[in-house]
Amino acid sequence: MPVKSKSLPTPELLNDARHPMEKYLRMDRLPHIWCSGCGLGTTLSCFTYALDEMHWTDADVGVVSGIGCTGRAAGYLNLDSYHTTHGRAIAFATGLAVVRPEKKVVVISGDGDLFAIGGNHFIHAARRNVNMTVLCVNNFNYGMTGGQFGPTTPIGQKGTTAPYGNFENPFNLPYLAASCGAVYVARWTSLDARRVKEAMIEALKRPGFSFVEIISPCPTNYGRRNKIGDGLDELRYYQENTVIRHGSDPRHAGIHPGKEIVVGCFVDEPRPTYLDLYNELVVEKNQFEKPSTLKKEI
Amino acid sequence: MGKRILAGTHFMNGDEACAEGAIAAGCTLFAGYPITPQSEIAEHISVRLPEVGGVFIQMEDEISSLAAVLGGAWGGAKAMTATSGPGFSLMMENLGLGMMTETPCVLINIQRGGPSTGLPTLVGQADMMQARWGSHGDYGVIALVPSSPQESFELTVHAFNLAETYRLPVLVMSDEVVGHMYERVDIDPDKIEVVERKKPSLPPGEFQLYKPGPNLVPEGMPSFGDGYKVHVTGLTHDERGYPVLNAETQHQLVVRLKEKIAANSDDIIRVEETATEDADVIIVTYGISARTSLGALNLARDKGLKVGMLRLITVWPFPEAIVKSMAQRVTGFVVPEINLGQIVLEVDRVVRGDAVVRSVPHAGGDIHDPAVILEAIEEVFAHAG
Amino acid sequence: MATAVTKRWKTKLGFLYIQEDQCKGCNFCIEFCPKQVLERSKHFNAKGYYAPTVADAEGCVNCTFCELICPDFAIWSEKTDPEVGNEDVNHG
Repeated sequence: MPVKSKSLPTPELLNDARHPMEKYLRMDRLPHIWCSGCGLGTTLSCFTYALDEMHWTDADVGVVSGIGCTGRAAGYLNLDSYHTTHGRAIAFATGLAVVRPEKKVVVISGDGDLFAIGGNHFIHAARRNVNMTVLCVNNFNYGMTGGQFGPTTPIGQKGTTAPYGNFENPFNLPYLAASCGAVYVARWTSLDARRVKEAMIEALKRPGFSFVEIISPCPTNYGRRNKIGDGLDELRYYQENTVIRHGSDPRHAGIHPGKEIVVGCFVDEPRPTYLDLYNELVVEKNQFEKPSTLKKEI
Repeated sequence: MGKRILAGTHFMNGDEACAEGAIAAGCTLFAGYPITPQSEIAEHISVRLPEVGGVFIQMEDEISSLAAVLGGAWGGAKAMTATSGPGFSLMMENLGLGMMTETPCVLINIQRGGPSTGLPTLVGQADMMQARWGSHGDYGVIALVPSSPQESFELTVHAFNLAETYRLPVLVMSDEVVGHMYERVDIDPDKIEVVERKKPSLPPGEFQLYKPGPNLVPEGMPSFGDGYKVHVTGLTHDERGYPVLNAETQHQLVVRLKEKIAANSDDIIRVEETATEDADVIIVTYGISARTSLGALNLARDKGLKVGMLRLITVWPFPEAIVKSMAQRVTGFVVPEINLGQIVLEVDRVVRGDAVVRSVPHAGGDIHDPAVILEAIEEVFAHAG
Repeated sequence: MATAVTKRWKTKLGFLYIQEDQCKGCNFCIEFCPKQVLERSKHFNAKGYYAPTVADAEGCVNCTFCELICPDFAIWSEKTDPEVGNEDVNHG
């Protein structure tokens, strides 16, 4: 990196400058617990900028998260936020979403929480097309509990419970989400911060079940045990090995070490939501009163 | 708009009566999963909820069913699920989440023969200790036990009221016979009292989600979108609801979760006494076993034996004071229950030898033969000699 | 986090802010700033990390990438001058 020889510009010193996204953050709970170089802070940052761009407040959106490093995201957001049991965020969010259809429920959780213990709830909420946005931070392992391999760990990669290298065939998350009926499916790495923010906005705007996978470095566990280096090294790896293919068949978005990682928007097909169908085929068909809570579904 | 309260006299089974009780209490969300012998609750409420502007959702398992109920409750709904043994076991972790986050909702368990798949279509009452201790950790529990379809209706309404009043999931521990028996159910709107969700009196910024009132219960529960930016977590948390992971906060929170039931037990406990004034032996029982015990009581009285019955309508909190006072003046207790001895342990713990305590167990699959209960009663009398 | 001391640099289109003590030294901003505006400071911050410092304030075009990717909300940009040329760069 070329180091400018001339002396560094001198900054002003301010005591009252506030970060523009403070309004979305529980400042009294920061700094957060995530490790230096982890991509979770970036994901949280992109989420606040997405909300800011949409001019959303806690009147429009709430967050549900599960257990694990990503699960702590709800606790840092200055919104109605619900930190539930391991794997059950989407099921909790389903109850919240059908009772408050005029609001957007966002689930922010990790690869283990959403696709191992929580897999059953993911596939059914997507099948039903419940009105929620699921943001999955995929760092290929269970970070909080010390680095065990998970349902997305690529073959051959190590985890504390895969000391000889993972031999299980991992999930391809965009393909899984698409096959279950998600109306919007996108995948980016946390390096693609601007596109992560844009994808979050697109997902939040669409009624029904939308899904964004954010591949994220985990220097302390996954990165260290697989000799990827620190967070910066992992982002450099993504910079070298990701290729953008919007609209490509998610079937080919599987992740294998050494092979290119396909990112972009895979699916963008609206479908009637769970409550659309409930109202059309149950409520209106029988002239029942609209669910007392249904004002309008965004 | 369908009517919430179907005033009048009905002929319905216990399951349907539970569903009607929920509708009368203002339930707007049912999330459940099919399981015998609870099906009639879900089936009946799937007809009724849309009529009254509520939402019925059949989830993918019992774990997600209770999770959705908790989510719905924080969305502002009066929410309920219903299950039986196997589903009840699957719900334990989220029952703990409901306790820890003080989420009002109702969980109905139509008990069947267990363990495991057991006797899906036949009666059991062997989940009573699970109701008290089933999820990990310490917490207070309210469990109501109906003995008839009429009571299934009334106790479901009462369960919703207790849930809102004490801010926790309230259990209704019915059983297959009460659930499937058809009896007269009188629904009188004037007799139905409904406790509505209390909203915070303080504005956001001042309001603290888990600051307890004088009765140890947090005052006011904001819903998603009310502007309070609540943080609800299963982690040990302080009065703001923020995770604070140390022994001091754990003590403050968890002791309160237990005490808010224990300290208010006089207001919560409900029992029914039959012929106990002059009784030498008192039958302590609940649910369907109370119906068979009445038979035994009459047989005993016919034989000149002074027998009474204490029917537990709330099994948890256990009515210790009443049993303790009875123990000072009776020869003994018999405790018929369709399990191998669960609530009898509580009776024994409380009586501490001041009187004889005789379990009348049953492994499940059928109700007691009154003669068997009578035999136990006669044994206790003989013991008194 | 208490309102930490914030350093502010004048850029062509506005300002760049850095709250050194929030930084955990991941170097994302330094590495991926499209204009190489930032470099590692020579001194530790309160947590013992090398926070970024501005090496070339003139080079900064307030593109907000550092702000987005920063995991610790330690750096952000503010545009003050009305936009000159490049329209689609959104606000800081």
